[in-house]
Amino acid sequence: MKTDEIINHVSAIFKREIKAYFGSPVAYVFIAIFLLLIGFFTFNISHFFEMGQADLRAFFEWHPWLYMFLVPAVAMRLWAEELRMGTIELVLTFPITPGEVIFGKFLAAWAFIGVALALTFPMVITVMYLGEPDLGPIVSGYIGSFLMAGAFLSVGSMTSALTRSQVISFILSLFICLFFILAGFPPVTAILADWAPRWLIDIVSNLSFLSHFVSMQRGVLDLRDILYFCSVICFMLFANGIILQQRRA
Amino acid sequence: MIEVKNLSKSFGPKQAVNRISFRVQKGEILGFLGPNGAGKSTSMRMITGFIPPSDGTAVIGGHDILTAPVDARRKIGYLPENAPVYPDMTVYGYLDFCAQIRGFAGSERLQRVKETIERCFLTGVEHQTVNTLSKGFKQRVCFAQSILHDPEYLILDEPTDGLDPNQKHEVRLMIRKMSAEKAIILSTHILDEVDAVCTRAIIIANGSIVADDTPEKLRARSSVHGAVSVTLGAAAADAFTACARAVPGIRQIELLETSGEALKARVFPEDADPLVAERLVTALAAADFEVKSLFVEQGRLDDVFRAITTS
Ligand SMILES: Nc1ncnc2c1ncn2[C@@H]1O[C@H](COP(=O)(O)OP(=O)(O)OP(=O)(O)O)[C@@H](O)[C@H]1O
Ligand SMILES: [Mg+2]
Repeated sequence: MKTDEIINHVSAIFKREIKAYFGSPVAYVFIAIFLLLIGFFTFNISHFFEMGQADLRAFFEWHPWLYMFLVPAVAMRLWAEELRMGTIELVLTFPITPGEVIFGKFLAAWAFIGVALALTFPMVITVMYLGEPDLGPIVSGYIGSFLMAGAFLSVGSMTSALTRSQVISFILSLFICLFFILAGFPPVTAILADWAPRWLIDIVSNLSFLSHFVSMQRGVLDLRDILYFCSVICFMLFANGIILQQRRA
Repeated sequence: MIEVKNLSKSFGPKQAVNRISFRVQKGEILGFLGPNGAGKSTSMRMITGFIPPSDGTAVIGGHDILTAPVDARRKIGYLPENAPVYPDMTVYGYLDFCAQIRGFAGSERLQRVKETIERCFLTGVEHQTVNTLSKGFKQRVCFAQSILHDPEYLILDEPTDGLDPNQKHEVRLMIRKMSAEKAIILSTHILDEVDAVCTRAIIIANGSIVADDTPEKLRARSSVHGAVSVTLGAAAADAFTACARAVPGIRQIELLETSGEALKARVFPEDADPLVAERLVTALAAADFEVKSLFVEQGRLDDVFRAITTS
């Protein structure tokens, strides 16, 4: 009974948000930009064809960098818009918990990004046409990419609750996302290695989305990586809830 | 029953609501009055659980809004100030969304939404998106949302704000009709509305309750309550004063207007004696004054409101 109710509430919020995403032309522009950029980086920068390898490494390695810009743009409206229009007053006085609203909104934005990600399927067809790719790394790469997108999104959802301004939310979340990438970016860790102790570098780079995404790109689905992304999401959404509560006090 | 206990709210150093307490029973319509910034909306936001109080609490139908917020909110219909509705949704889509959140499903949901659209005079705009609606229609959509689930408790923040006179009338009728089995709190700046719908009125100023009474009793606090207003045809002020003074039970005579054609005056009785007016008519008639009109003042809520909130 209780779970039914939660599912009903989350699905009502989810449906409303999904309609809000797909009801606006911005959504289609976003998807087009995502597909264009990912194509450009994969083919023109990484020289996918010239490498002559039947795998998607050159494709997945760009995902974190693209997400860093595009996911905050998807997330920024989640709460900032509700705060600006005052609609938050009605949502939060419905007989549902803030957690259900946060989760429903998050899922809708995640599904939206999932759709954009799924539309990259021509990449898969291309490698299958070019050679005999190992499907394992492709599947795990997609799973990893989707999880990582969720982690970026949870950051964006959290910053969106901080402000009525979508632009400020975008910039804040861009910076936090940048940190989560750079912490494990080899050129950055190399600089750190000169003076910081080994254990500190390990901790910092373990915090990074990159380090956890890399092995998934290679076809290794480690439970620890999955748990890592899930805990980032939970932590950020929890923070999101606290921020919403604090804002009203 | 809605029970508000010692509700307080401060924003930093500013005390927006200061220990207000009251109860509203089913069948009552409580008018919430007060100058701008008095704390009406803030109180309502706390009662509906949107903002946490600094102190005190509200109990809605036995559920404390702080410890059982979801159960309490299930019984509430809330119309916030300025009717915040998602601008990108259609009227039907929005009400359907609210119905789903309220736990209605299948044909019952369809039925509810359709019925509410009719009741709130939204037929014809139900497939329009909210951002294309005029202010009054937007207000009606939000009002529709608040009564959709037929709640036991209704909290309405300026429900007739932005409505045309006909719609104001309809909404007041609707509120009155619903009131038998509901407890309703509504805030307003229109004092006629208090007379038209409320069974009780609370005036708050600077966050505190300064009056809590029925509209009739509040009106009785007016300084002109019970006074007799007289308009005579051309008459000498002195002659009129002398004549009126002779009537027993009269405390004071105030001349309002003494132009050539008419003489207007207000006569205050010593106590609220309904017979004073009658005796005055008799005396004036006997002295051959031409009485154009004569009535007993009920007192005006406006005056009482101003007197209470500016003192
Ligand atoms: N979030 C907030 N932060 C700081 N001060 C606030 C906040 N909300 C309300 N206030 C202050 O609390 C006081 C009461 O505001 P409230 O909106 O309750 O007034 P009101 O009685 O509804 O007025 P009105 O008739 O204009 O609607 C005002 O002085 C307002 O400035
Ligand atoms: Mg107000």
